[in-house]
Amino acid sequence: MMIQDTVSETNKFRFVYLIKPRDFSNAGDASANVKAELQKHGIEPDVIRRVSIICFEAEMNIVLYTKGGKLIVEVDDQKVDILALDKGPGIEDIELVMTPGYSTAPEWALEYGFGAGMGLPNIKNNSDVFEIESEVGKGTIVHSIVYRRKNEIKGNN
Amino acid sequence: MKLKEIIERCNLRVFTPEVNFEDIDITGGYTSDLLSDVMAACEAGSIWVTIQRHLNIVAVAKLKEIPAILITRGLVPEKSTIEKAQAEGVVLLGTGLNSFEATGKIYCLLKGIKGA
Repeated sequence: MMIQDTVSETNKFRFVYLIKPRDFSNAGDASANVKAELQKHGIEPDVIRRVSIICFEAEMNIVLYTKGGKLIVEVDDQKVDILALDKGPGIEDIELVMTPGYSTAPEWALEYGFGAGMGLPNIKNNSDVFEIESEVGKGTIVHSIVYRRKNEIKGNN
Repeated sequence: MKLKEIIERCNLRVFTPEVNFEDIDITGGYTSDLLSDVMAACEAGSIWVTIQRHLNIVAVAKLKEIPAILITRGLVPEKSTIEKAQAEGVVLLGTGLNSFEATGKIYCLLKGIKGA
């Protein structure tokens, strides 16, 4: 895991993490860093809870199933926007992979408690907006938005 | 209930002596070996009962604000898991009981049921 760049504007900030394939010793670090940064910026606990789940599942998917990719998290007054991009192999049947319980995890991953077929459903369940696009041979984009409750935004009436 | 009391009453082994557990409160528990299941359903403040003992359980605990992980069946966590838990302040515990027995015992303690 590595922070590629952090762009900070007044009410907007962004974190980019490079996620390496099969890198289990660092898996989860990007999500942990996102959580710490959101806490530092005083984001609502419920938003942090949901974003943590989304980021962890997206990060583990990149580690387990892809040739590597990126996790990009953007935060502003209204929302947390999470983009997970990978370099393939891509998903043939998106409807099938969205089915709870369906998994393509190899035996070794199952023994480690991965491959429950709950990763993408967990992301969807915790997102206000969820989009997934994939092209076999190219890669997959998972886009997720968690809205911050308006009445909890500082200075918002 | 204080984690310390659970450790004492259930005679649990502590793999992370450097993590201070004196003031940790346990408000519930969750038993599962599937990481995504724990991510989905385990409440913050719970003790997590599992046979998983690799590094990534610490990441899950940290993200879900799970203060303690109990590894059952006498299994011993990997060295890297212990190091990461120490660094992250997650209490790693062990027991010779299986997950069913350990869960039952802790459940009774938390609910104040006698005979645990």
